[in-house]
Amino acid sequence: MEHGFGKLFELFIAASLINNFVFTRFLGLCIFFGVSRKMETAVGMSITFTAVMVISAALSWLIYNYAMIPLDLTFLKIIVFIGVVAAFVQAADTIMRKISPGLYYKLGVYLALIATNCIIIAVPLINAGEGYNFIESMAFGLGSGAGFALALIIMASIREKLELAQVPRPFRGLPIAFVTAALIALAFTGFSGLITL
Amino acid sequence: MFEIQNIINALMDVVQGLGFILPKVGVGGGIEAKESVDIAPLVKFTLIFVGSIATIFGLGLAFAAKRFSVKMDPRIEHVKDVLANAHCGACGYAGCQQYAEAVVANPDVPPNLCTPGGARTAEAVAKITGKAAVAAEPVFSRIMCQGDWKKSVKRFKYEGIEDCRAAVLAGGGDKACIYGCLGYGTCAKVCPFDAITMSEDHLPVVDVGKCTGCRKCEKACPKKVIEVLPAGKAVLVSCHSKDKGGQTRKNCQVGCIGCGKCVKVCPFDAPSVENNLSRIDISKCRVCGLCVPNCPTNAIQDYIPTRPKAFVTDKCIGCQKCTKVCPVDAASGEKKKKHTINQDKCIGCGICTAACPVQAIDGTFNAQEVFAAAAAKKAAREAAKKEAAAA
Repeated sequence: MEHGFGKLFELFIAASLINNFVFTRFLGLCIFFGVSRKMETAVGMSITFTAVMVISAALSWLIYNYAMIPLDLTFLKIIVFIGVVAAFVQAADTIMRKISPGLYYKLGVYLALIATNCIIIAVPLINAGEGYNFIESMAFGLGSGAGFALALIIMASIREKLELAQVPRPFRGLPIAFVTAALIALAFTGFSGLITL
Repeated sequence: MFEIQNIINALMDVVQGLGFILPKVGVGGGIEAKESVDIAPLVKFTLIFVGSIATIFGLGLAFAAKRFSVKMDPRIEHVKDVLANAHCGACGYAGCQQYAEAVVANPDVPPNLCTPGGARTAEAVAKITGKAAVAAEPVFSRIMCQGDWKKSVKRFKYEGIEDCRAAVLAGGGDKACIYGCLGYGTCAKVCPFDAITMSEDHLPVVDVGKCTGCRKCEKACPKKVIEVLPAGKAVLVSCHSKDKGGQTRKNCQVGCIGCGKCVKVCPFDAPSVENNLSRIDISKCRVCGLCVPNCPTNAIQDYIPTRPKAFVTDKCIGCQKCTKVCPVDAASGEKKKKHTINQDKCIGCGICTAACPVQAIDGTFNAQEVFAAAAAKKAAREAAKKEAAAA
């Protein structure tokens, strides 16, 4: 058990910091630049994203291991995982609207964006490729979500300050955001080698 | 059922027949290191698997949509469509969606809260929700400071970020007057309607054609020098300085020194001086503009661009009322003869227009308003009379 927990922690750290999806794998940049303009939306997005990530990782793991491996259909994983995530997000959208409208207005608006995010499809694919078990898959999903949340919140806090700064005209808006993201990515390379397996 | 089986079998046969052109090794990453793949069962399982997953999800979603369907009042969507959709929060709700829900669901929520939408939106919302449309008087942002960088004194040189919210952190800003506009244009930046521009001397100018009274600037201004006031209240003391008169004078050429001249000159007791600052009570002010030329520091601003002068029409009955109310003694005339108004003296305050019992004075800014009010009153009186006669 001791060993198991250590592995989970390693997975979490690896997914959130060392192999941060945004800053080292450069996935999910669309949402990353889209919603990091304001802290409020960034936080809302982070919470929704992490929740969807963990649940969709679990769902895809179940389908992959109990349906696709026995049937020898693992080559279908990309298309199936896309379907699973899309269906789950749609269901979550419908159910949340009914059960807690307050939460829906806070977080529901981001759900539609998440359905087409590439991190959310990358996580089940990596889980399948690495052969993680159920708990490990969820830990990896949680780590990825936390990593994305970290990236969004760092970026949002910097961009809120950037609003006030005197940025040269050609760099205003998205260009300076890209430059900022690149610099943070550079900083994130510092995490490499944090854990040696 | 049997037929479908047949068709599938036939399809499988075709696939198997084509088997010789299909590769005999692994198909992509999933099936690792298999020497050959049985193409027929593979296609079969693929079809069954994908089909069943699609069915399960489809049914699941359909069930969820049915089971968890939210009954939305269709009026909410209609209301949302006619709102300004600026999500400015001027109505007091988090966004347009929330206001639309509240105005449909709650009979006490008035339909005229969407200030950016204006009267037309209020009317449309009232129509959808079946509420009485009372168009709210438009409100505009008023900059309560005229001390631009030329007219006011600075305590030090500020070279930080060009934003009032940043500048105010440096010891309350660089201006000598701690109540005044800093002039770094935060209000212009936050305005969602581009209604505020900065003048050359770093003073915000509100374009009332674009201003919707959403209060974004009022909230953003760190000096709280922006007030959102009804459009009709067009004479305002544009100063917030509570410093003593001498100090204000040193800091700024156009500050209110609290001399009380406006208090003396006002026929309606609207201004009052408190904490070395005159403030016009907008519920009392009749926008005559009499205080404007009397202010020694020009701190009182008149937002009515031109004040046309009054003249007497032939309706005059010579009651001499106007001669009594005129604050500048421009009206004169003998009893029962047509009066005249001295055009050189008249300041167009409109007090006589309002006071005239027969609406014989025309030409002032408020003439149309006064005439309309009088006509309405007359119509009401006649209607009452008719009713009394009928009874």
